[in-house]
Amino acid sequence: MKILVCISHVPDTTSKINFTENDSKFDSNGVQYVINPYDEFALTRAMWFKEKQGASVTVVNVGNASTEPTLRKALAIGADDAIRVNTEATDGLSVAKELAEVVKNGGYDLVLAGKESIDYNGGMVPGMLATLLDFNFVNACIGLEVDGDKATIAREIDGGKETLSCNLPLVIAGQKGMVEEKDLRIPNMRGIMMARKKPLNVVAPVGANAVTTTVSFEKPAAKAACKLVDAEHVEELIDLLHNEAKVI
Amino acid sequence: MSVLVYTESSEGKFKKAAYEVTSYGKKVAEQLGTNLVVLAINSDDPAALYAYGAEKVLNIANDSLNTFNAKVYADIIKQAAEKEQAQVVIVESSSNSLYLAPIVAVNLNAGYTNNVVTLPSSTAPFVVKRKAFSNKAFNNTEIHSDIKVLSLAKNSFGLVENNVSGSTEDFSPLIIESGLTSESVERTTGKVTIADADIVVSGGRGLKGPENWGIVEELAEVLGAATACSKPVSDLGWRPHSEHVGQTGKPVASNLYIAIGISGAIQHLAGVNSSKVKVVINTDPEAPFFKAADYGIVGDAFEVVPKLIEKLKEFKANNS
Ligand SMILES: Cc1cc2nc3c(=O)[nH]c(=O)nc-3n(C[C@H](O)[C@H](O)[C@H](O)COP(=O)(O)OP(=O)(O)OC[C@H]3O[C@@H](n4cnc5c(N)ncnc54)[C@H](O)[C@@H]3O)c2cc1C
Ligand SMILES: Nc1ncnc2c1ncn2[C@@H]1O[C@H](COP(=O)(O)O)[C@@H](O)[C@H]1O
Repeated sequence: MKILVCISHVPDTTSKINFTENDSKFDSNGVQYVINPYDEFALTRAMWFKEKQGASVTVVNVGNASTEPTLRKALAIGADDAIRVNTEATDGLSVAKELAEVVKNGGYDLVLAGKESIDYNGGMVPGMLATLLDFNFVNACIGLEVDGDKATIAREIDGGKETLSCNLPLVIAGQKGMVEEKDLRIPNMRGIMMARKKPLNVVAPVGANAVTTTVSFEKPAAKAACKLVDAEHVEELIDLLHNEAKVI
Repeated sequence: MSVLVYTESSEGKFKKAAYEVTSYGKKVAEQLGTNLVVLAINSDDPAALYAYGAEKVLNIANDSLNTFNAKVYADIIKQAAEKEQAQVVIVESSSNSLYLAPIVAVNLNAGYTNNVVTLPSSTAPFVVKRKAFSNKAFNNTEIHSDIKVLSLAKNSFGLVENNVSGSTEDFSPLIIESGLTSESVERTTGKVTIADADIVVSGGRGLKGPENWGIVEELAEVLGAATACSKPVSDLGWRPHSEHVGQTGKPVASNLYIAIGISGAIQHLAGVNSSKVKVVINTDPEAPFFKAADYGIVGDAFEVVPKLIEKLKEFKANNS
C-alpha cells in the first residue's frame, strides 16, 4: 500500500493571531509553526500501517520553502520521504489540484489528510482532491482499517457515528479517534537524525488558479467585562440569563 | 438564475438549521435580484419552508436516499443547481453538509467557502465574511468563480420569517453509484447533540473525576442542553471523545455555553467562543475563562451547581 499524508503547516494552537499590511496579511512574526493537529492523527495512523502492514508513507505539502521544517518533523516521526510542491498555498481548490497531480504521479492508493487546517479552517482540500481524482472519500474519520484493497471507515456524524466500507483508492479527512491522543508520535533524537538523510523532493507546481482570495482580515470586537454573580445568590444568574441575555 | 439552498431533515423533520439557511438564502437571492429555490430530500413537510422565504421547493421523495451518502447527495445538488441555473448554492454546517460541500464545489467548478457568518458585503465582486483561525479572527473572502458554494456557520444568521406563497415541485434526479457502502449508523439516542443544541453545559478537569458528572448531566437536563467537556477530560477517558469541544474538538456555536471547572485555555476558548453567551463557574478568579465569559461565578462547582439546579427547577416551574 502506498500512502500519501497531506500535511498542512499551521501556526501553533497557542499563537496570538495578528495581521499586517492594513489587515491584508497574517502576521507570522514570532509565530511557531507546527504540523496541523488533525494531520498528526492521520500521520500516526499511517505509521501504524507502515509498521503493521508494510505500507510506504510519503508526506506532502503545497507551500513555499518555509514549510520544510514541518515536513522534516513528519520525516522524523517516521515518514519515508517528503514532497513539497513549490508554490504559495492560496486557496483550497488550487491546493487540491496540486495535490491531485502528486497523487497521479506517485500512484498512491490511500491519501490521508486532516478534517481541516486550523488556520483558515477551509475544510475542503480532502473532499476536493478526492472528487478531482474520482477516489472514494470519507470526511471526519474516527477509525480506519485496511485489508487488501478493502477499507472499513468510521466517521463522526452529529450525535453518533457511521461505519462505511469501500475499496481503495480512498481519501480520508481524519481527526482524533483515528488514533488516540496518547498514541500520537513525537520525533525522538534518532528520528530527527534519520530525517536529515531522507529525501525531501521539491516539485514544480502545475500552476492551478485560485478561485477564492482573502480581501482582508478582521479581529473580533472587544468583549464587555464579565459580570460576576455571588456564589450565594445563583438566582441572580438565572435572572440575568432570562431577562438580560434572554437565552433561557 | 437562482439561489439554491440545500436543507437537511432528520426522519422527515427539518431542524432549526434548515430554516436558518433558508432565511439566509432568501436574503442572498434578494441581494442578487433573483429567486430562491430550496432543495429538500424526503421531508414530510416541505411547505414549512415557505415561512422563511422559500418561493419554490424542489422536493425529492425516494426511499433509496434515506441513508445519507455524500457523493450521491452532492450529485443531486449539482443536478438541481444546473436545472435551476443556480449562481449560489448554500448548505448548512452539519457534519453531512460539510462532507458534501467540497464535492459539490468541484462538480460545479465553483469556489467554496465554509464558516460564512454574514450576508455578502458585495455581490460583484462576491465577498463574504467567514470565521478563520479557529474563531480567533474573520476573513473577508472573495469568490471569483461563476458559481459560488457557501456553508453557513450555525447560529450566525438566525431565523428570519418571510412568509411567501411558495410552491413545491417534485424532483426526480438521477441517482449515481457511489462505491461507498454504509454498514451501520449508531446514534446516541435521547440526548441533545452538541451540533443541534441551543444550550451546552460543559465540564473540565475541575470536576475531579467521572463520578462527579451527575451535576453536569442534571444541569443539562434541566436546561434541555447538550453535555460537553474539555480535551483533557476526554483524553483521560472520563467522558467520550464525542463530547470534546475546542479548537481540536467540536466547535460550539450555541446560544448559551456554561463552562464548569474549565480554566479557559486558548485552545478551549477558540472552539467555544462563537457561542452567544458564555457563563463560567470556577474556584479561581484568575482563570482565563473569566476574560472570555459574559457571566461568571467564582465558587466551588460542587456547591454552586447543585444550587443552580435547584433554583432553575423553581424557575422552570414558575415559567411554564
Ligand atoms: C495542540 C493542542 C490542542 C488543544 N485543543 C484543545 C481543545 O480542543 N479543547 C480543550 O478543551 N483543550 C484543548 N487543549 C488543551 C488546553 O491547552 C488545556 O490544557 C485544557 O483546555 C484544560 O482543560 P481544563 O480547563 O478542563 O483543565 P485545567 O486547565 O486543569 O483547569 C481546571 C479548572 O478547574 C478549576 N477548578 C478546580 N476545582 C474546581 C471546583 N471545585 N469548582 C470549580 N472549578 C474548579 C480550576 O481553577 C481550573 O481553572 C489543547 C492543547 C494543545 C496543546
Ligand atoms: N498546503 C497544503 N499542503 C498539503 N496539504 C494540505 C494543504 N492545505 C490543506 N491540506 C490538507 O487538507 C486538510 C484540510 O485542509 P483545509 O481544507 O485547508 O481545511 C489539512 O488537514 C491537510 O491534510
